[in-house]
Amino acid sequence: MKFGVVVFPGSNCDQDTYQALQQVTGQQVEYIWHKETKLGNYDGIILPGGFSYGDYLRAGAIARFSKIMPSIINFARSGGLVLGICNGFQILLESGLLPGTMMKNRTLQFICKDVYVKIEQNTTPFTLDYEKNQVITLPIAHSEGNYYTDPKTLEELEINGQIIFRYVSPEGKVEEEWNPNGSLHNIAGIANKEGNVVGLMPHPERNVDSLIGDGMGARVFSSMVNWYRRKG
Amino acid sequence: MLTARIYITLKKGVLDPQGVTIQEALQNLGYQNVRETRVGKLIEIQLNSVSREEAEQQVHKMCQELLANPVIEQYEFTLS
Repeated sequence: MKFGVVVFPGSNCDQDTYQALQQVTGQQVEYIWHKETKLGNYDGIILPGGFSYGDYLRAGAIARFSKIMPSIINFARSGGLVLGICNGFQILLESGLLPGTMMKNRTLQFICKDVYVKIEQNTTPFTLDYEKNQVITLPIAHSEGNYYTDPKTLEELEINGQIIFRYVSPEGKVEEEWNPNGSLHNIAGIANKEGNVVGLMPHPERNVDSLIGDGMGARVFSSMVNWYRRKG
Repeated sequence: MLTARIYITLKKGVLDPQGVTIQEALQNLGYQNVRETRVGKLIEIQLNSVSREEAEQQVHKMCQELLANPVIEQYEFTLS
C-alpha cells in the first residue's frame, strides 16, 4: 500500500503524519506538494493538520483551491481513501467532500489537550481495528473545531451513521461538558456516505507511540492497511 | 476602476461567540443599551476595466465560489 501526505504552505503535522504512517504500517509513504497537478499512484491520501495559507479567510478555504485539489477530489469521488486530520478535515469541508463547516470554538480559545473520543462506527476503512463504542484518548489542537451544519444534514449524518468520532466522557457518555469546542452532537469526526472519506479534528498521528501515550491513534492507520488488504 | 466593498456576516440563527464576547465587554464598560452584536468581515476589491454590470456578476461569483461560506455566511456588497 502506498500513502501520500499532501503538504500545503502552512501544514505543520505533515512530518508527524509521515512518521506515524511509516512507523505504524511499514508501508511506503510519500509527500505530495500542493503545486502538483497530477496525483501519482496512491492507495490512501492524508491531508495533514496545520494552518494552510495561515487560515486566511476561513480555515481550509484557500487550500481547497490549490493545484493538487482537483486530482484529490477525483480520487475521493472514485472511491479512494482520503483522511483529513484537523486542518485537513477543514479542507475536506471547504472542498465539499464532507458536509458542514467549522466555526470558532465556543470559548474563542485555541484548545490543545487530550480528549476522550468514542469510536461510533468500526466499519469504515479508518476504524476497522477498533471496537465499536471503544473510548480512546487523542490530543486536539485547534481554534476552529466547532462543527456546524444545517439541521437536515445533521439528521442525515445521524441516520446514515456518518458520525464516526464523538467527544465523550471517559465512560463513553455523550455529554456537553466533555465537548471541548461546542460542536453539534459532540461531533469529532465524520465520513461521507460511501465511507471512503473521513475527517476528524483530533490528531491520531500524535498518539501512535507508547513513549508519549497509549498509542491508540495508531489503529486509524493500521485500519487503512487492513481495509486495503481485505479489498485487494 | 471600480471598488467593491463586500460585507460577509453570519446568517441569522448562527451563534457568533465573538459577537457575544464583544457584547458582554461593551455592557461591562457601561453601555447597558447594547443588544445583539455580530462580527463580520469587510473585503475591499478593486476591479479593473469592467462595466458595473460585469463587476456585479463577477463579485457575486467570487462570493459564492470563495469569499463566503454558504453554510453559515451571507454577503452583500456595494460598487463605487
